[in-house]
Amino acid sequence: MTLAGTIGILATIVIILLLSIPMGKYLYHVFSGDSTRMDHVFHPVENGLYRLMGINASSQMDWKAYIKSMLLVNLVMLLFAYLIFRLQGSLPLNPDGIKSMPWDLAFNTAVSFITNTNWQNYAGEQSLSYLSQMLGITFLQFTSAATGFVAAIAFLRALVNNKSRWIGNFWVDFIKIHTRVLLPLATILAIVFVGLGLPETLAGAAKVHTLSGLLQTISRGPVASLEAIKQLGTNGGGFFNANSAHPFEDPSALTSVLEIIAMALIPTALITTFGMFIKNRRQALILYVFLTGVLLVGTFVIYSSEASGNPMVSHALGIYGPNMEGKEMRFGPALSSLFTGATTAFTTGAVNTMHDSLTPLGGLIPMLFMMFNVIFGGKGVGLLNILMYLIIAVFLSGLMVGRTPEIFGKKIEAREIKLATLALLVHPFIILVPTAIALITKAGTSPILNPGLHGISEVLYAFTSAAANNGSAFAGLNGNTIFYNLMLGVVMLIGRYVSIIAMFAMAGSLAQKSIIPESVGTLRTDTWSFGGVFLAVVVIVGALTFFPALSVGPIAEYFHMWIG
Amino acid sequence: MAISAKKSMTGDIVRGAILASLTKMDPRIMIKNPVMFVVEIGFVITLVLTFFPDVFGGKYGPNEWIFNLIVTVVLFITVVFGNFAEAIAEGRGKAQAEALRKTKTDLTAQRSKTDGTYEIVAASMLKKGDIVRVEALQMIPVDGEVLQGLGSVDESAITGESAPVIRGAGGDFSSVTGGTKLLSDELIIKATVDPGESFLDKMIGLVEGASRQKTPNELALSVLLAGLTMIFLIVVITLEPLAHYVNGSIDVATLIALLVCLIPTTIGALLSAIGIAGMDRVIRFNVIAKSGKAVEAAGDVNTLILDKTGTITIGNRLASEFVPVGKHQREELVEVAVMSSLFDETPEGRSIITLGKELGVTKERESYHDAENIEFSADTRMSGMDLADGTVYRKGAVDAIKKFVNSRGGQIYPDLDEKTDRIAREGGTPLAVVKSSELFGLIYLKDIVKPGMRERFDELRKMGIKTVMCTGDNPLTAATIALEAGVDNFIAEAKPEDKMRLIKEEQALGKLVAMSGDGTNDAPALAQADVGLAMNTGTAAAKEAGNMVDLDSDPTKLIEVVSIGKQLLITRGAITTFSIANDVAKYFAIIPAMFASVVPELRALNIMFLTNSKSAILSALIFNALIIPFLIPLAMRGVKYRPMSATSLLMRNIFIYGFGGVITPFVGIKVIDIIITWLGVAHL
Repeated sequence: MTLAGTIGILATIVIILLLSIPMGKYLYHVFSGDSTRMDHVFHPVENGLYRLMGINASSQMDWKAYIKSMLLVNLVMLLFAYLIFRLQGSLPLNPDGIKSMPWDLAFNTAVSFITNTNWQNYAGEQSLSYLSQMLGITFLQFTSAATGFVAAIAFLRALVNNKSRWIGNFWVDFIKIHTRVLLPLATILAIVFVGLGLPETLAGAAKVHTLSGLLQTISRGPVASLEAIKQLGTNGGGFFNANSAHPFEDPSALTSVLEIIAMALIPTALITTFGMFIKNRRQALILYVFLTGVLLVGTFVIYSSEASGNPMVSHALGIYGPNMEGKEMRFGPALSSLFTGATTAFTTGAVNTMHDSLTPLGGLIPMLFMMFNVIFGGKGVGLLNILMYLIIAVFLSGLMVGRTPEIFGKKIEAREIKLATLALLVHPFIILVPTAIALITKAGTSPILNPGLHGISEVLYAFTSAAANNGSAFAGLNGNTIFYNLMLGVVMLIGRYVSIIAMFAMAGSLAQKSIIPESVGTLRTDTWSFGGVFLAVVVIVGALTFFPALSVGPIAEYFHMWIG
Repeated sequence: MAISAKKSMTGDIVRGAILASLTKMDPRIMIKNPVMFVVEIGFVITLVLTFFPDVFGGKYGPNEWIFNLIVTVVLFITVVFGNFAEAIAEGRGKAQAEALRKTKTDLTAQRSKTDGTYEIVAASMLKKGDIVRVEALQMIPVDGEVLQGLGSVDESAITGESAPVIRGAGGDFSSVTGGTKLLSDELIIKATVDPGESFLDKMIGLVEGASRQKTPNELALSVLLAGLTMIFLIVVITLEPLAHYVNGSIDVATLIALLVCLIPTTIGALLSAIGIAGMDRVIRFNVIAKSGKAVEAAGDVNTLILDKTGTITIGNRLASEFVPVGKHQREELVEVAVMSSLFDETPEGRSIITLGKELGVTKERESYHDAENIEFSADTRMSGMDLADGTVYRKGAVDAIKKFVNSRGGQIYPDLDEKTDRIAREGGTPLAVVKSSELFGLIYLKDIVKPGMRERFDELRKMGIKTVMCTGDNPLTAATIALEAGVDNFIAEAKPEDKMRLIKEEQALGKLVAMSGDGTNDAPALAQADVGLAMNTGTAAAKEAGNMVDLDSDPTKLIEVVSIGKQLLITRGAITTFSIANDVAKYFAIIPAMFASVVPELRALNIMFLTNSKSAILSALIFNALIIPFLIPLAMRGVKYRPMSATSLLMRNIFIYGFGGVITPFVGIKVIDIIITWLGVAHL
């Protein structure tokens, strides 16, 4: 570890936190119904869209109506993307003559992008036409981020409702997040990216003669526009197979830092928005401190582990210094570590370093972050997971202060616990069961390139990434088989929608409860001590579940490397 | 009953509980407790593995069955411990119910026939509306309302209180309970319940736990525990494939041991015992809660509505000060006041004598045996004493005394009115005192706040509970008492409707309201309140409307009930936290042991330095079983509750049960490992 690296990591986090506060305030004003200064710009556009689509913007929905619209839109977009991938060979904007995708890969890819996972069982530059990149990938990168975001907003409204079932209008929220947040931000960021050297073109791959006289094909395309929403929407699916390690996606340390900031912006801002919705900024502060703390600890564990290098390599080959396998020289260990921590904490899944080549501890942290799934988390759904853990923490500690537990004045009863438990249960279920199935079937084991302990890590990582809707991969697993395309596809769907539906059902029941006024007997959740309890619940309930599986994967590898 | 209930565990109860903990192993009963049901299934599987170690395939050494047998025995003990906890809690109730049943049997009644004569029938034949006659020293056969007569009743069978109470026709003291004994006079009673519905029957049902339903919080917690059990089931089931991939295998008994260690068996085993014991604690406070839900609701109460008279104040006005008027000194006034009250047997009169004694004035009745006692009458509104020598002592309402003095040509001092007003303004009652025609001054009678009330209200405030005092007094008087007692708010000149309105207003704000009451006109409010504590001395309507009945008729018991409600939740929360926190140490014991052959590097995780794999797994499992009986006393008694802010309470309990829950098993497992190694079990 170097001083410069440490300062770089800390400075980036500070910038993220400073930007998240105004961003969070802006999001609150847009979605709480306040008028904003930009209304005169956006209103005409939005009203036009409402008229065009026949939306009555003033009508309100209860949780069932809201989620029905949300699921319906998602289903239609899923089918749309699937058809594009299946038919891309015969559709326009295909200068490189790329073939249509087989059914299983098209299913996996469409599911992957509608669920904001962006797991890629294909190499973008070889398997997707520009039409697919734009209408399939980039389009879903906007809408899937929007879906997660509006789900969180609707939940927040339910949380502050006093005996009212109305939680907003899905269509209005869904349009507003595009017109007022995602489109303007992505446009600006894409232009900045172009300025920093990312390509943005519809021309096919360039064929160049190299100095040695050979012919080289250099893939390119509408990269900058995809890259912007890939990060802003915590998507992570790259244009190229190498993702942000590719020089056209992430040419310099500066773009890498920008990408980290872009992926962190909205998940961190939502904490401020949350604090404003519940009119308790202290609550937001407590969450900021604890979540940032975990992010920093994790990042520095990766950094120190990577910087310490590999003793076996030192012993066998006499190579000392940091572990540079799978890392880009232009980023170095510090920036690679931060990117790895951030992309799994914010469940983006973009990578600028190969996670498969990380040291065991360096690879353990991204896996842990995805198993927690609450270190800020993905756009919107991260906040929903935070709320789920808050509810369980409040339940346990509420009992310990001798009252029926309340969260922000609302009683937590059997129905809420039932739904929170379902949301809690689904994550280990869809990680561990598919991992076990994969490890005992031939279809599951034959695509593993590194057998042994590391093979377990690879499969475990894949299903964790799919379940957390992250999308980053330990390479070393050939995922493009019918088995993995289907298994990962189903895991992504369950990981995304079961918890959203469970949390929405909870929102429906919370919305209609009356808010009990606070007294000294009320358990306050905006204290340092409660923050500690929250963290303990996340660690003990959330992560210890995976301790046995991790101990035969990265933990065993770690001991093997250092003392074995 | 209450007296017998205070004896805790007797030999009979323990013997009964041991038997019950075996019969409760019936899977049809066990399935109601999913956590322990999983343990039972584990027990059955390891039992099979003891005799057929290779029933699930795999290669096993010749001594594998010994390990499996030990696991089987420990699992069996775990289940038995859990059942034992529940049976012990139930056993105490059963013993009380037995005592009550004895009271009930063999009761006979004199039932009125249409011709006005009485026939002897068994009490169990009495129906609602039957008229019965009860003579002195007979048992009252049925719950009812007194139609005629007035008599003293020994209710100790129900309340444990030996002092008899007065029951009579009309008013708020007309309700009698079957199974109590009439000590004097004769009562004509109309039965108000049908057979099987009497108060005694309900009590038997309650203490036996027959009508026990899971309370809302208990239900929510059970769901969470079942969810955690599911999660750990997934964790354990998926382990074998992982080991299999790296060419290892984990035997089924070890997997079951890990599962049982991880699922929250501690709280699973104690959960229902905590609930039953909580209800039992309420009963031992001589409060009958009609449901566990009411006790839980008591813990959540935000607002407590209390009547002033009899609850906050003693109920009688007592002398607190002597205020002389005109040229008179206090000493003179005290002397006259004491003389005027010498034969006064009312509490007010006694209090004047007592206060006089404190100020050094003592008079003996014997010295004035020839004096004539003048009783208070509504007509004169004065009382006092006429001495043989013609001296008259009088005390009474100020205007009545003024008239008395005027009629005798005495002088009214100018400061009298001013001082009278001051006392009235402060909420007191002024009594003027006169000797012959000379007015000496005033006695300040005051509503006395019961000792300790202020501290109790402070405690309530620390719990976050607001107290509201209800009184028929004028606002001025009410404000004085409110200030003195330290309540947060009061309603003066309150009518029963006002109480109802207050409850509804508070509930509209989302608050939970508790109140106590005894009169029929309290019934609607008792029914509306979330926690309605009816006094046993109260009317049948009030007792029906409330969700708790206080057998001692002490309205301040609401405060105890609130504490018990909170304690119930805290105990559940604390043991759940302890149970979950235990998992950390158990992981460190079992994981390295389990993968010892597959991934030998993991021995680095054996931070407790346990002897070997077998001893590690057994130690964790034995710890897991032993912690249950170890915590039974805590479950029965409840975690101590001290009023303090929620955050400090949380920190305190997190420290004890959270950190304690992480550290205890590290120590416990290590100790058990040392013992079983020493016994040679580790190397079988």
